[in-house]
Amino acid sequence: MTKAFSSAVLDLDCEREADRIGKVLLDYLQSYRRKGFIVGLSGGIDSSVTLALCVKALGKERVFGLHMPERDSSEDTLGFSRLVADHFGVASELEDITAMLEAAGCYRRRDDAIRTVIPEYRADWKCKIVLPSAAENKGYNFFSVVARSPDGSLLKKRLPLEAYLGVVAASNFKQRIRKMLEYYHADRLNYATTGTPNRLEYDQGFFVKQGDGLADVKPIAHLYKTQVYDLAEFLDVPETIRKRPPTTDTYSLEQGQDEFYFSLPYDKMDLCLYARNHAVPAAEAAAALGMRTEQIEWVYRDIESKRRATGYLHARPQLVSAVEEVS
Amino acid sequence: MEKSESEVKAKLRSFVSSNFLLGKSASELGDDDSFLESGIVDSTGILEFVGFLQETWGIEVADEELLPENFDTVRNLTAFVLRKTP
Repeated sequence: MTKAFSSAVLDLDCEREADRIGKVLLDYLQSYRRKGFIVGLSGGIDSSVTLALCVKALGKERVFGLHMPERDSSEDTLGFSRLVADHFGVASELEDITAMLEAAGCYRRRDDAIRTVIPEYRADWKCKIVLPSAAENKGYNFFSVVARSPDGSLLKKRLPLEAYLGVVAASNFKQRIRKMLEYYHADRLNYATTGTPNRLEYDQGFFVKQGDGLADVKPIAHLYKTQVYDLAEFLDVPETIRKRPPTTDTYSLEQGQDEFYFSLPYDKMDLCLYARNHAVPAAEAAAALGMRTEQIEWVYRDIESKRRATGYLHARPQLVSAVEEVS
Repeated sequence: MEKSESEVKAKLRSFVSSNFLLGKSASELGDDDSFLESGIVDSTGILEFVGFLQETWGIEVADEELLPENFDTVRNLTAFVLRKTP
């Protein structure tokens, strides 16, 4: 008799997995004659686990952490990222990217795009963009901007195409400037860079091309987020970090990843993605997740839709003819 | 101004051809072929349809109308346009 689909499918042998990842990290440095790894720290679970894996594989002397908050970052961000660096004893540096973002026009361009749908929006307002949740959504995923004025009133408007692209394009400066600084420090130290996407993010294209999507090694891109949490516990990532809900920390209003991109909390999204990848019937997945079959069918379609929509983010530069001598 | 079904369909097909297929003919696209599943448009493309309907026929699309039943095929979209305009 086959076993019923359940969350046990994501059980991980953490020690073995950490060793396997560590070997890949070491091999990479040996192959490309680099001396260590840069890890951009957000205070979130993914970058904390990535740093812990690097430290376990190479020792704290070969890992350099970067704290890169900006004006819209949560007040807690720097405290959490420092906590992780200090806990693992790695050298780290603070690079506040606000001035660079101002110089690039990140905030001004984003606010201009928001004002095309909320004319009264001003620089002292706070904002985020959100998706409808899978539980209530029967149709397409479309983004709305949520803006809060200094007096606390909240406005929500659906973003037409031009405004949506404008907000995203401006916000993407944040991830790209962070990556630029990671490479500055990598070049300075003769290190390589790490990318911190988990499998959900990597598969579903939840990253910025040439921003957080760019890295020399992506140590946890094959792991479901649930497994990243398991590794965090195994690697002794501080409990404060492990208990934090995942956030994007990209917009000035607090924003969970599940309202920005995934439409479901990560533990359910993990299981939906696993079920989809292993051809588990929607009805069976629905029973395990406590959801309706039609909701799971909707999530399956959304998974495929995101894969199609974000294929461009994964695509390597297109050459007209292969240059085989260096490929 | 009254519109015929064939007129709406022709305008939609012309938009698909010029906007999503960059000039390649949409003749192989059947009236009931899913835009999303055929890979012709993604969720961003649906917003392009919303803009096109607004510009061409002055149609305002409510959030709850952003459904595959209204947007995912030439036939559905044609019916939606005809329902939404006098």
